[in-house]
Amino acid sequence: MGVNLAQITPRASVLILALACVSIFATGCSTTGSSFSVQASTSKSKAEALPKPKVVAKPIAKGLDSNGSLDPFSSTYKPLPSVTTAIVGATILTAAGQEIEGGSVVFSDGKIVAVGKDIAIPEGAKWIDGKAKFVTPGLIDIHSHLGVYPSPGVQANSDGNEATDPNTAEVWAEHSVWPQDPGFNRAREGGVTSLQILPGSANLFGGRSVTLKNVPATTIQGMKFPGAPYGLKMACGENPKRVYGSRTRAPSTRMGNIAVARRAWIDAADYNRKWAEYRAKANAGKADGDPPKRDLKLETLAGVLNGDILVQNHCYRADEMALMIDMAKEFGYKITTFHHASEAYKLAPALREADICAATWADWQGFKMESLDGIAENAGIVQAYGACAIIHSDDPTMIQHLNQEAALAMGAAARAGIPVSRLEAIKWITANPARAMGIGNKTGTIEVGKMADIVVWDADPFSTFALAQTVFVDGGIAYDRADPATHARSDFDLGRPSLEAKP
Amino acid sequence: MKPLVLSFALMTASPLVVNAAPIAIINARIETAGPLGSIRQGTLVMDKGRIVAVGSGVTVPADAQIIDAKGKVVTPGLILASTSLGISEIEQVPSTRDDGAGGQIGAAFNPAAGVDPDAPSIGLARLNGSTRAFLTPVAGRGGNGAHAHDDSAFQTAGGHEEEDPTLFAGQSIGISLAAGAPDMVFKSNAGMVLEFGETAAAAAGGSRGASLIILKQVLADVRHFIANRAAYDRGEGRELLARRLDLEALIPVVQGKTPLLVRVSSANDIRQILKLAREEKLLVVLEGAEEGWRVAKDIAAQNIPVMIDAQAALPSSFETLGTHLGNAAALNAAGVKVSIMGSRDYNNLRQSRMNAGTAVAHGLPYQAALASITLNPAKIWGVDKDLGSLEPGKIADVVVWTGDPMEGQSYPSAVYIGGVSQALTSRSTELATRYKPRADGSARPAYRN
Repeated sequence: MGVNLAQITPRASVLILALACVSIFATGCSTTGSSFSVQASTSKSKAEALPKPKVVAKPIAKGLDSNGSLDPFSSTYKPLPSVTTAIVGATILTAAGQEIEGGSVVFSDGKIVAVGKDIAIPEGAKWIDGKAKFVTPGLIDIHSHLGVYPSPGVQANSDGNEATDPNTAEVWAEHSVWPQDPGFNRAREGGVTSLQILPGSANLFGGRSVTLKNVPATTIQGMKFPGAPYGLKMACGENPKRVYGSRTRAPSTRMGNIAVARRAWIDAADYNRKWAEYRAKANAGKADGDPPKRDLKLETLAGVLNGDILVQNHCYRADEMALMIDMAKEFGYKITTFHHASEAYKLAPALREADICAATWADWQGFKMESLDGIAENAGIVQAYGACAIIHSDDPTMIQHLNQEAALAMGAAARAGIPVSRLEAIKWITANPARAMGIGNKTGTIEVGKMADIVVWDADPFSTFALAQTVFVDGGIAYDRADPATHARSDFDLGRPSLEAKP
Repeated sequence: MKPLVLSFALMTASPLVVNAAPIAIINARIETAGPLGSIRQGTLVMDKGRIVAVGSGVTVPADAQIIDAKGKVVTPGLILASTSLGISEIEQVPSTRDDGAGGQIGAAFNPAAGVDPDAPSIGLARLNGSTRAFLTPVAGRGGNGAHAHDDSAFQTAGGHEEEDPTLFAGQSIGISLAAGAPDMVFKSNAGMVLEFGETAAAAAGGSRGASLIILKQVLADVRHFIANRAAYDRGEGRELLARRLDLEALIPVVQGKTPLLVRVSSANDIRQILKLAREEKLLVVLEGAEEGWRVAKDIAAQNIPVMIDAQAALPSSFETLGTHLGNAAALNAAGVKVSIMGSRDYNNLRQSRMNAGTAVAHGLPYQAALASITLNPAKIWGVDKDLGSLEPGKIADVVVWTGDPMEGQSYPSAVYIGGVSQALTSRSTELATRYKPRADGSARPAYRN
């Protein structure tokens, strides 16, 4: 949460408050505004009693403080209205290791309150007959460019790659997302309730991702998943070297990729050290001068080194993933997920060892040299070695059919003699991406206490013929196929004859 | 082309090593995609490269090799209706691409010489149950697929900035996907590919109106060329817009002998093409037709077939604002012959069968969906006398599936092309075999061979 210093007007109290905040910062400064106001009142009386102090440290204005816990574009997400609801007698794939036939799930105030075979249905709950239906957690896409590469795909709305420098860690995807992208609505009809929007892969450091609740909103803040950590989009391989090599600047080779990235980590560590020193001095009342200059680029990288920002690393080839793992060890950060990871199957034991997920497609492969060895068996082999597999889309159409993509990967695994049950495969598009996005404790499974992000399907969700019937986000109906009133239409859709009529 | 000649071409495109004994597939659910419909449990017999019997009461020849397909589903080999398979291997490696001629040649372009029988994607296509493909060139449009994948879209969401496209992309050809055939082409000059809409407007200097004027002028030139060939050869007569090679290639099109495949999206652009087809008496096929459902009756009235990507659901451009998942069902209901393609992306070879299933989920009857990936493309490209359905007398392109072919979890357990059993391997399966865990769960040591 942000600390709103602007609310405190007397000059002297600002000074002392700033010092107080610095001391809190040293221990993480995750203080809320309300607890701060208590300190403010006590500090204020002290300040009045003290003689006029010498200025030892200037107050740091909010926007100049390089503090990862500040949240300048904070979420204004409000759950949709909901009532206590019970889906009764369905086949439930919990994504937490259970398949419950004839099972029920109850949710209230946006949270799952009960799940199981013989559970009590609360008085007055809205009943949904689950007979012949399947219930899964809401699907989660860890790799989407909805909003940053929206439909229609015109230059004016093409905002996914700040391809002007190989390191643009300072850009945030949330500043590019167009909330009116009709693609969000199509994805919801496909059962997607949460998604991570990433910058593109032109750069080694593409910028920060943003995790969204898939609800209609007029601002990006209205979609931001409350409390979700940021991700940093990194890329290895062909894209950065092609984009910058063609402009005769670094990187133009894979070794250039790594060199430029290592330099950036060294700078980030240096930045971290300067701020830590300043804070230590300020904390001891010995700060003598200006704080270090805030640098948005280094701040994001420092956030990774501090473990606050999750690394989402676009990387196709096994050999390059191994190099990225070593680079992470060299600078002491963790890679959360390799995206695309076409050759994850060649490195699965090492991925398991390093606790890194592989987010991939079924058999979308061969469109470039580094994806040449992509195989539909990828997720199945990663799974067979006990590593974390995720099916992602990276595509505004595939995001509507993540269940079909998972089914193709299941088919290929079965053909290879390493079958994957739907009990496990459902995790590829729910629990595993949730975990890899840092929201696994909030959503991604059907378990008591989790957000009621739930999809009711009219058939086995891994069937091509299955359709999402009802999609709940935080217990509210975000989409009901049978109720046109829930069929969200973007502003872009309005007043267009081609979109007014239906076949 | 005469049926006899066609049949000969079809046969020679397959390897000539056909099983000595007949093959009988028994106990299968047989989806014939033809007049025999769906057979709950039946037998299919093939001999000498042809289907000789299909049905529930079929007698198995004494010398037949028997394949028990209990619990499995048998379908005709899938026909990829419009693809770059075999002429474009790696999208971002230009040296592996032979799917377009750029601005150098238009209508005369024939992709046959670029078909690579050794392309790994062909084996991958067989693994997805495809046995034939119709290759349709691209006209300077960036990338090879409908997907605006972010890897290939650094500056624009829509694709590459490339040279100006031509109106005509070139000729389509049919290829057999049988392994080991040096010449895969079984149908030459199957049709002509024309761009209309945004791409054609770009080719004509910026507007649809200009592209239509040029198009009509070229068609008039072809007719003039046919009537005044001798004068043309003497260097006399009026100036013609198109080059000689292109004029020659367009002769069967203006004569209504071969289909003109028109890539067109919006309802308004489709209306322009319908009018053109009437005025010029052309045999038109629509590809894309994202807003086809809005003019379904008009399309049906002119008996014009369409090829669509049935998972298209986004207004990805201003000419596809009305894109709708109900397109296939609506066109079919209006009486239009529908063929379902994958996205043009050759990396999504599985997609046509998945798209057919998606169309079923959105209202297309199952049998129509099955026909949309088998019999209808055969009809559209004029090869349905021999291909596209399981009927006695037709070429034995047969696939045995582990389950419903439109389900992602299903895969072929046997593929026959011209009666010849195909190996179900590819680069992909070899890689999987190399890297999947061994029986004890351990990984193989680093590769040694």
